[in-house]
Amino acid sequence: MHRINIVKLLSLLLLTVTFSVHAQDESQNDNHAENSHTVKDLKTEIKEYISHHLLDSHDFTLFSYTTVEGDHKYIGFPLPVILWDNGIKIFSSSKLHHGESVAELNGEYFSLYHNKIYKTDAEGTITFDNHQHPTNSKPLDFSLTKNVAFIILVGLFMLWMFNSMAKSYKKSTIPSGIGRFLEPIILYVRNDIAIPNIGEKHYKKYMSYLLTVFFFVWIINLLGLTPLGVNVTNNIAVTFALALITYLFTTFTANKNYWKHIFWMPGVPLPMKIILAPIELLGTFIKPFSLMIRLYANITAGHIVLMSIIGLMFIFKNWIGSPLSFGLAFALALLELLVAALQAYIFTMLSALYFGMAVEEHEHSEHH
Amino acid sequence: MTIPNIVGAGLIVIGAGLGIGRIGGSAMDAIARQPEASGKIQTAMLIAAALIEGIGFAALFAA
Repeated sequence: MHRINIVKLLSLLLLTVTFSVHAQDESQNDNHAENSHTVKDLKTEIKEYISHHLLDSHDFTLFSYTTVEGDHKYIGFPLPVILWDNGIKIFSSSKLHHGESVAELNGEYFSLYHNKIYKTDAEGTITFDNHQHPTNSKPLDFSLTKNVAFIILVGLFMLWMFNSMAKSYKKSTIPSGIGRFLEPIILYVRNDIAIPNIGEKHYKKYMSYLLTVFFFVWIINLLGLTPLGVNVTNNIAVTFALALITYLFTTFTANKNYWKHIFWMPGVPLPMKIILAPIELLGTFIKPFSLMIRLYANITAGHIVLMSIIGLMFIFKNWIGSPLSFGLAFALALLELLVAALQAYIFTMLSALYFGMAVEEHEHSEHH
Repeated sequence: MTIPNIVGAGLIVIGAGLGIGRIGGSAMDAIARQPEASGKIQTAMLIAAALIEGIGFAALFAA
Protein backbone atom coordinates (compact mmCIF):
# COMPACT_ATOMS: atom_id res chain seq x y z
CA MET A 1 0.00 0.00 0.00
CA HIS A 2 2.72 2.37 1.07
CA ARG A 3 4.71 1.73 -2.06
CA ILE A 4 1.79 2.61 -4.34
CA ASN A 5 1.27 5.84 -2.42
CA ILE A 6 4.89 6.77 -2.83
CA VAL A 7 4.73 6.07 -6.57
CA LYS A 8 1.61 8.22 -6.86
CA LEU A 9 3.24 11.01 -4.91
CA LEU A 10 6.33 10.84 -7.05
CA SER A 11 4.41 10.95 -10.32
CA LEU A 12 2.36 13.88 -9.03
CA LEU A 13 5.55 15.66 -8.09
CA LEU A 14 7.04 14.95 -11.49
CA LEU A 15 3.93 16.29 -13.22
CA THR A 16 3.95 19.53 -11.27
CA VAL A 17 7.63 19.87 -11.96
CA THR A 18 7.09 19.47 -15.70
CA PHE A 19 4.26 21.98 -15.68
CA SER A 20 6.11 24.54 -13.69
CA VAL A 21 9.04 24.23 -16.07
CA HIS A 22 6.68 24.81 -18.98
CA ALA A 23 5.21 27.83 -17.30
CA GLN A 24 8.64 29.20 -16.61
CA ASP A 25 9.68 28.64 -20.21
CA GLU A 26 6.65 30.47 -21.50
CA SER A 27 7.09 33.41 -19.19
CA GLN A 28 10.69 33.59 -20.37
CA ASN A 29 9.58 33.49 -23.99
CA ASP A 30 7.30 36.42 -23.31
CA ASN A 31 10.14 38.39 -21.87
CA HIS A 32 12.41 37.28 -24.65
CA ALA A 33 11.38 39.97 -27.10
CA GLU A 34 12.05 42.81 -24.69
CA ASN A 35 15.19 41.31 -23.22
CA SER A 36 16.73 40.17 -26.47
CA HIS A 37 19.51 42.69 -26.36
CA THR A 38 20.37 42.06 -22.72
CA VAL A 39 20.56 38.32 -23.50
CA LYS A 40 22.91 39.09 -26.37
CA ASP A 41 25.00 41.21 -24.03
CA LEU A 42 25.23 38.29 -21.66
CA LYS A 43 26.38 36.02 -24.48
CA THR A 44 29.11 38.42 -25.57
CA GLU A 45 30.06 38.88 -21.94
CA ILE A 46 30.50 35.12 -21.51
CA LYS A 47 32.51 34.96 -24.74
CA GLU A 48 34.74 37.77 -23.54
CA TYR A 49 35.15 36.10 -20.16
CA ILE A 50 36.23 32.84 -21.81
CA SER A 51 38.68 34.49 -24.18
CA HIS A 52 40.03 36.52 -21.28
CA HIS A 53 40.52 33.35 -19.25
CA LEU A 54 42.53 31.79 -22.09
CA LEU A 55 44.99 34.69 -22.11
CA ASP A 56 48.02 35.16 -19.95
CA SER A 57 47.78 38.06 -17.51
CA HIS A 58 50.04 40.37 -15.58
CA ASP A 59 48.41 39.64 -12.24
CA PHE A 60 47.04 36.66 -10.39
CA THR A 61 43.30 37.05 -9.84
CA LEU A 62 41.29 34.46 -7.97
CA PHE A 63 37.94 36.07 -8.77
CA SER A 64 36.47 39.44 -9.56
CA TYR A 65 33.07 41.07 -9.22
CA THR A 66 31.30 44.31 -10.02
CA THR A 67 29.83 46.35 -7.19
CA VAL A 68 26.42 48.00 -7.38
CA GLU A 69 28.14 51.30 -8.18
CA GLY A 70 29.78 49.69 -11.22
CA ASP A 71 33.29 49.40 -9.79
CA HIS A 72 35.31 46.30 -10.61
CA LYS A 73 36.77 44.57 -7.58
CA TYR A 74 39.54 42.01 -7.98
CA ILE A 75 40.60 39.48 -5.36
CA GLY A 76 44.14 38.29 -5.93
CA PHE A 77 47.67 39.60 -5.85
CA PRO A 78 49.86 41.51 -8.31
CA LEU A 79 52.96 40.16 -10.04
CA PRO A 80 56.09 42.08 -11.00
CA VAL A 81 56.20 43.75 -14.41
CA ILE A 82 59.66 43.78 -16.00
CA LEU A 83 60.05 45.90 -19.12
CA TRP A 84 63.02 46.58 -21.35
CA ASP A 85 62.74 50.05 -22.84
CA ASN A 86 66.12 51.78 -23.01
CA GLY A 87 67.00 50.18 -19.71
CA ILE A 88 65.25 47.80 -17.39
CA LYS A 89 62.06 48.94 -15.67
CA ILE A 90 60.47 47.04 -12.83
CA PHE A 91 57.19 47.87 -11.12
CA SER A 92 54.29 46.03 -9.57
CA SER A 93 51.36 45.20 -11.80
CA SER A 94 49.04 46.68 -9.15
CA LYS A 95 49.99 50.03 -10.68
CA LEU A 96 48.18 49.03 -13.86
CA HIS A 97 44.92 48.23 -12.03
CA HIS A 98 43.92 45.56 -14.56
CA GLY A 99 44.17 48.03 -17.41
CA GLU A 100 41.96 50.57 -15.66
CA SER A 101 44.71 53.06 -14.85
CA VAL A 102 48.06 54.22 -16.21
CA ALA A 103 51.30 53.22 -14.48
CA GLU A 104 53.78 56.05 -14.04
CA LEU A 105 57.49 55.41 -13.64
CA ASN A 106 60.08 58.24 -13.67
CA GLY A 107 57.97 60.40 -15.95
CA GLU A 108 57.11 57.59 -18.37
CA TYR A 109 53.66 56.10 -18.68
CA PHE A 110 52.60 52.53 -19.44
CA SER A 111 49.12 51.17 -19.84
CA LEU A 112 47.53 47.84 -20.51
CA TYR A 113 45.48 47.17 -23.65
CA HIS A 114 44.24 43.64 -24.40
CA ASN A 115 46.77 42.25 -21.91
CA LYS A 116 49.71 43.90 -23.68
CA ILE A 117 51.69 46.78 -22.23
CA TYR A 118 52.05 49.93 -24.36
CA LYS A 119 53.88 53.16 -23.79
CA THR A 120 51.38 55.99 -23.56
CA ASP A 121 51.00 59.58 -22.39
CA ALA A 122 49.73 60.59 -18.96
CA GLU A 123 46.07 59.97 -19.93
CA GLY A 124 46.83 56.51 -21.31
CA THR A 125 45.53 57.26 -24.81
CA ILE A 126 46.14 54.55 -27.36
CA THR A 127 46.07 55.45 -31.03
CA PHE A 128 44.99 53.00 -33.69
CA ASP A 129 45.82 52.49 -37.35
CA ASN A 130 43.28 51.51 -40.03
CA HIS A 131 43.27 47.86 -38.97
CA GLN A 132 42.49 48.64 -35.33
CA HIS A 133 46.05 47.78 -34.29
CA PRO A 134 47.56 50.10 -31.68
CA THR A 135 50.34 52.29 -33.02
CA ASN A 136 51.84 53.07 -29.60
CA SER A 137 55.38 51.84 -29.05
CA LYS A 138 55.59 48.54 -27.24
CA PRO A 139 58.41 47.95 -24.75
CA LEU A 140 59.92 44.46 -24.60
CA ASP A 141 57.97 42.58 -21.94
CA PHE A 142 59.89 40.19 -19.69
CA SER A 143 57.26 40.30 -16.96
CA LEU A 144 56.72 37.54 -14.47
CA THR A 145 53.22 36.90 -15.76
CA LYS A 146 50.81 34.37 -14.34
CA ASN A 147 52.05 31.64 -16.69
CA VAL A 148 55.71 32.31 -15.93
CA ALA A 149 55.03 32.37 -12.20
CA PHE A 150 53.27 29.03 -12.35
CA ILE A 151 55.95 27.43 -14.53
CA ILE A 152 58.53 28.46 -11.90
CA LEU A 153 56.30 27.26 -9.05
CA VAL A 154 55.72 23.88 -10.68
CA GLY A 155 59.45 23.61 -11.36
CA LEU A 156 60.25 24.25 -7.70
CA PHE A 157 57.51 21.86 -6.62
CA MET A 158 58.93 19.11 -8.85
CA LEU A 159 62.45 19.75 -7.56
CA TRP A 160 61.25 19.40 -3.99
CA MET A 161 59.10 16.36 -4.77
CA PHE A 162 61.75 14.36 -6.61
CA ASN A 163 64.54 15.39 -4.27
CA SER A 164 62.61 14.15 -1.26
CA MET A 165 61.90 10.96 -3.17
CA ALA A 166 65.56 10.48 -4.07
CA LYS A 167 66.56 11.05 -0.43
CA SER A 168 64.14 8.42 0.81
CA TYR A 169 65.98 5.81 -1.31
CA LYS A 170 69.13 6.39 0.72
CA LYS A 171 67.45 5.00 3.81
CA SER A 172 65.93 1.91 2.22
CA THR A 173 65.09 0.50 -1.20
CA ILE A 174 61.41 0.95 -0.42
CA PRO A 175 60.43 4.58 -0.95
CA SER A 176 58.54 6.46 1.72
CA GLY A 177 56.24 9.44 1.56
CA ILE A 178 55.43 10.81 -1.87
CA GLY A 179 57.83 8.32 -3.46
CA ARG A 180 55.32 5.53 -2.89
CA PHE A 181 52.95 7.29 -5.22
CA LEU A 182 55.57 8.33 -7.75
CA GLU A 183 57.60 5.14 -8.07
CA PRO A 184 55.08 3.16 -10.13
CA ILE A 185 54.54 6.14 -12.46
CA ILE A 186 58.27 6.58 -13.01
CA LEU A 187 58.66 2.85 -13.62
CA TYR A 188 55.78 3.02 -16.06
CA VAL A 189 57.44 5.83 -18.01
CA ARG A 190 60.66 3.82 -18.09
CA ASN A 191 59.32 0.35 -18.84
CA ASP A 192 56.36 1.15 -21.05
CA ILE A 193 57.31 4.40 -22.76
CA ALA A 194 61.09 4.73 -22.93
CA ILE A 195 62.41 1.18 -23.32
CA PRO A 196 59.97 -0.12 -25.98
CA ASN A 197 60.35 3.01 -28.13
CA ILE A 198 64.00 3.92 -27.72
CA GLY A 199 65.55 0.55 -26.95
CA GLU A 200 67.54 -0.91 -24.07
CA LYS A 201 70.81 0.52 -25.32
CA HIS A 202 70.08 4.22 -25.59
CA TYR A 203 67.08 4.91 -23.37
CA LYS A 204 69.03 6.09 -20.33
CA LYS A 205 70.18 9.44 -21.66
CA TYR A 206 66.60 10.41 -22.56
CA MET A 207 64.98 9.33 -19.29
CA SER A 208 65.56 12.62 -17.48
CA TYR A 209 63.87 14.63 -20.23
CA LEU A 210 60.99 12.19 -20.65
CA LEU A 211 60.25 12.10 -16.91
CA THR A 212 60.49 15.88 -16.62
CA VAL A 213 58.19 16.55 -19.54
CA PHE A 214 55.71 13.92 -18.41
CA PHE A 215 55.37 15.24 -14.88
CA PHE A 216 55.54 18.88 -15.93
CA VAL A 217 52.74 18.58 -18.49
CA TRP A 218 50.67 16.40 -16.19
CA ILE A 219 50.92 18.63 -13.11
CA ILE A 220 50.34 21.81 -15.07
CA ASN A 221 47.34 20.28 -16.88
CA LEU A 222 45.87 19.24 -13.54
CA LEU A 223 46.45 22.72 -12.13
CA GLY A 224 44.55 24.05 -15.13
CA LEU A 225 41.46 22.20 -13.89
CA THR A 226 41.53 23.85 -10.46
CA PRO A 227 39.68 27.15 -9.96
CA LEU A 228 43.04 28.94 -9.72
CA GLY A 229 42.75 29.87 -13.39
CA VAL A 230 46.14 28.48 -14.34
CA ASN A 231 46.29 27.78 -18.05
CA VAL A 232 49.88 27.31 -19.00
CA THR A 233 49.60 24.53 -21.59
CA ASN A 234 46.96 26.42 -23.54
CA ASN A 235 49.52 29.06 -24.28
CA ILE A 236 51.01 28.13 -27.64
CA ALA A 237 54.38 29.64 -26.68
CA VAL A 238 54.76 27.12 -23.84
CA THR A 239 53.91 24.11 -25.98
CA PHE A 240 56.18 25.53 -28.69
CA ALA A 241 59.08 25.60 -26.23
CA LEU A 242 58.36 22.03 -25.11
CA ALA A 243 58.18 20.81 -28.71
CA LEU A 244 61.34 22.74 -29.55
CA ILE A 245 63.25 20.91 -26.81
CA THR A 246 62.07 17.58 -28.23
CA TYR A 247 63.13 18.70 -31.71
CA LEU A 248 66.58 19.82 -30.52
CA PHE A 249 67.11 16.55 -28.64
CA THR A 250 66.11 14.55 -31.70
CA THR A 251 68.32 16.55 -34.04
CA PHE A 252 71.45 16.67 -31.93
CA THR A 253 71.43 13.10 -30.67
CA ALA A 254 70.57 11.58 -34.05
CA ASN A 255 73.02 9.09 -35.52
CA LYS A 256 74.24 8.64 -39.08
CA ASN A 257 71.42 6.26 -39.96
CA TYR A 258 68.76 8.84 -39.14
CA TRP A 259 70.23 11.43 -41.50
CA LYS A 260 70.82 8.80 -44.15
CA HIS A 261 67.18 7.83 -44.01
CA ILE A 262 66.18 11.45 -44.43
CA PHE A 263 68.46 12.61 -47.22
CA TRP A 264 69.29 9.38 -49.06
CA MET A 265 66.68 6.75 -48.29
CA PRO A 266 68.32 3.35 -48.79
CA GLY A 267 66.59 0.70 -50.83
CA VAL A 268 64.49 2.87 -53.13
CA PRO A 269 65.21 3.83 -56.77
CA LEU A 270 67.16 7.03 -57.49
CA PRO A 271 64.21 9.26 -58.61
CA MET A 272 62.35 8.29 -55.46
CA LYS A 273 65.37 9.24 -53.34
CA ILE A 274 65.28 12.74 -54.80
CA ILE A 275 61.54 13.09 -54.23
CA LEU A 276 61.67 11.65 -50.71
CA ALA A 277 64.48 13.86 -49.39
CA PRO A 278 62.48 17.13 -49.13
CA ILE A 279 59.41 15.30 -47.84
CA GLU A 280 61.42 13.57 -45.11
CA LEU A 281 63.14 16.82 -44.23
CA LEU A 282 59.76 18.54 -43.91
CA GLY A 283 58.63 15.59 -41.80
CA THR A 284 61.26 16.36 -39.16
CA PHE A 285 59.64 19.77 -38.65
CA ILE A 286 56.06 18.53 -38.83
CA LYS A 287 56.62 16.02 -36.02
CA PRO A 288 57.40 18.58 -33.29
CA PHE A 289 54.86 20.96 -34.85
CA SER A 290 52.11 18.38 -34.37
CA LEU A 291 53.29 17.86 -30.78
CA MET A 292 52.89 21.59 -30.18
CA ILE A 293 49.45 21.85 -31.81
CA ARG A 294 48.10 18.70 -30.16
CA LEU A 295 48.84 19.71 -26.59
CA TYR A 296 47.80 23.33 -27.15
CA ALA A 297 44.57 22.52 -28.99
CA ASN A 298 43.46 19.75 -26.63
CA ILE A 299 43.80 21.84 -23.52
CA THR A 300 42.36 24.99 -25.13
CA ALA A 301 39.38 23.09 -26.53
CA GLY A 302 38.79 21.48 -23.14
CA HIS A 303 38.82 24.82 -21.35
CA ILE A 304 36.55 26.50 -23.90
CA VAL A 305 33.96 23.70 -23.84
CA LEU A 306 34.01 23.46 -20.06
CA MET A 307 33.56 27.19 -19.59
CA SER A 308 30.88 27.42 -22.30
CA ILE A 309 28.87 24.72 -20.53
CA ILE A 310 29.21 26.57 -17.23
CA GLY A 311 28.17 29.70 -19.13
CA LEU A 312 24.94 27.96 -20.21
CA MET A 313 23.82 28.28 -16.60
CA PHE A 314 23.71 32.04 -16.95
CA ILE A 315 21.94 31.93 -20.32
CA PHE A 316 19.18 29.49 -19.30
CA LYS A 317 18.55 31.16 -15.95
CA ASN A 318 16.02 28.55 -14.87
CA TRP A 319 16.38 25.73 -12.44
CA ILE A 320 16.46 23.01 -15.07
CA GLY A 321 19.32 24.65 -16.91
CA SER A 322 21.55 24.95 -13.88
CA PRO A 323 21.60 21.29 -12.81
CA LEU A 324 21.96 20.30 -16.45
CA SER A 325 24.92 22.58 -16.95
CA PHE A 326 26.37 21.57 -13.60
CA GLY A 327 26.03 17.87 -14.40
CA LEU A 328 27.54 18.26 -17.85
CA ALA A 329 30.37 20.37 -16.48
CA PHE A 330 31.04 17.76 -13.80
CA ALA A 331 31.14 14.93 -16.33
CA LEU A 332 33.33 16.98 -18.63
CA ALA A 333 35.69 17.88 -15.79
CA LEU A 334 36.14 14.16 -15.12
CA LEU A 335 36.89 13.67 -18.80
CA GLU A 336 39.38 16.52 -18.62
CA LEU A 337 41.15 14.74 -15.75
CA LEU A 338 41.67 11.84 -18.15
CA VAL A 339 42.72 14.19 -20.96
CA ALA A 340 45.26 15.90 -18.67
CA ALA A 341 47.02 12.59 -18.04
CA LEU A 342 46.51 11.33 -21.60
CA GLN A 343 48.08 14.40 -23.19
CA ALA A 344 51.10 14.14 -20.89
CA TYR A 345 51.35 10.46 -21.84
CA ILE A 346 51.00 11.15 -25.59
CA PHE A 347 53.56 13.95 -25.49
CA THR A 348 56.09 11.74 -23.69
CA MET A 349 55.25 8.75 -25.85
CA LEU A 350 55.68 10.59 -29.16
CA SER A 351 58.86 12.28 -27.92
CA ALA A 352 60.22 8.84 -27.04
CA LEU A 353 59.16 7.58 -30.47
CA TYR A 354 61.05 10.39 -32.22
CA PHE A 355 64.11 9.81 -30.04
CA GLY A 356 63.87 6.14 -30.92
CA MET A 357 63.88 6.99 -34.62
CA ALA A 358 66.94 9.18 -34.11
CA VAL A 359 69.04 6.48 -32.45
CA GLU A 360 67.73 3.46 -34.31
CA GLU A 361 70.47 1.24 -35.65
CA HIS A 362 69.70 -0.67 -38.80
CA GLU A 363 71.92 -3.71 -38.36
CA HIS A 364 69.60 -5.65 -40.63
CA SER A 365 69.56 -3.09 -43.43
CA GLU A 366 72.46 -4.72 -45.27
CA HIS A 367 70.52 -7.94 -45.70
CA HIS A 368 67.72 -6.55 -47.85
CA MET B 1 32.25 32.37 -38.04
CA THR B 2 30.78 32.14 -41.51
CA ILE B 3 28.73 29.25 -42.89
CA PRO B 4 31.58 27.67 -44.97
CA ASN B 5 33.74 27.70 -41.85
CA ILE B 6 31.09 25.94 -39.81
CA VAL B 7 30.47 23.34 -42.53
CA GLY B 8 34.21 22.80 -42.85
CA ALA B 9 34.62 22.37 -39.11
CA GLY B 10 31.75 19.86 -39.16
CA LEU B 11 33.35 17.89 -42.00
CA ILE B 12 36.67 17.81 -40.12
CA VAL B 13 34.98 16.46 -37.02
CA ILE B 14 33.13 13.81 -39.07
CA GLY B 15 36.37 12.73 -40.72
CA ALA B 16 38.40 12.65 -37.52
CA GLY B 17 35.57 10.86 -35.71
CA LEU B 18 35.33 8.19 -38.42
CA GLY B 19 39.10 7.74 -38.37
CA ILE B 20 39.43 7.44 -34.61
CA GLY B 21 36.32 5.24 -34.50
CA ARG B 22 37.84 2.82 -37.00
CA ILE B 23 41.07 2.71 -35.00
CA GLY B 24 39.19 2.04 -31.77
CA GLY B 25 37.02 -0.64 -33.40
CA SER B 26 39.98 -2.40 -34.96
CA ALA B 27 41.85 -2.28 -31.66
CA MET B 28 38.83 -3.90 -29.97
CA ASP B 29 38.86 -6.66 -32.61
CA ALA B 30 42.58 -7.15 -32.15
CA ILE B 31 42.31 -7.32 -28.37
CA ALA B 32 39.46 -9.84 -28.68
CA ARG B 33 41.64 -12.01 -30.89
CA GLN B 34 44.78 -11.67 -28.78
CA PRO B 35 43.99 -10.51 -25.26
CA GLU B 36 47.60 -11.12 -24.19
CA ALA B 37 48.81 -8.39 -26.59
CA SER B 38 46.32 -5.81 -25.30
CA GLY B 39 49.02 -3.53 -23.85
CA LYS B 40 50.89 -3.19 -27.12
CA ILE B 41 47.66 -2.77 -29.09
CA GLN B 42 46.47 -0.02 -26.77
CA THR B 43 49.74 1.86 -27.14
CA ALA B 44 49.65 1.62 -30.93
CA MET B 45 45.98 2.64 -30.91
CA LEU B 46 46.67 5.73 -28.80
CA ILE B 47 49.54 6.82 -31.04
CA ALA B 48 47.47 6.44 -34.22
CA ALA B 49 44.51 8.22 -32.63
CA ALA B 50 46.78 11.03 -31.44
CA LEU B 51 48.21 11.47 -34.93
CA ILE B 52 44.74 11.75 -36.48
CA GLU B 53 43.69 14.10 -33.69
CA GLY B 54 46.71 16.31 -34.38
CA ILE B 55 45.78 16.63 -38.05
CA GLY B 56 42.15 17.22 -37.10
CA PHE B 57 43.10 20.07 -34.78
CA ALA B 58 45.43 21.58 -37.36
CA ALA B 59 42.57 21.55 -39.88
CA LEU B 60 40.15 23.01 -37.31
CA PHE B 61 42.52 25.93 -36.79
CA ALA B 62 42.67 26.48 -40.54
CA ALA B 63 38.86 26.39 -40.85
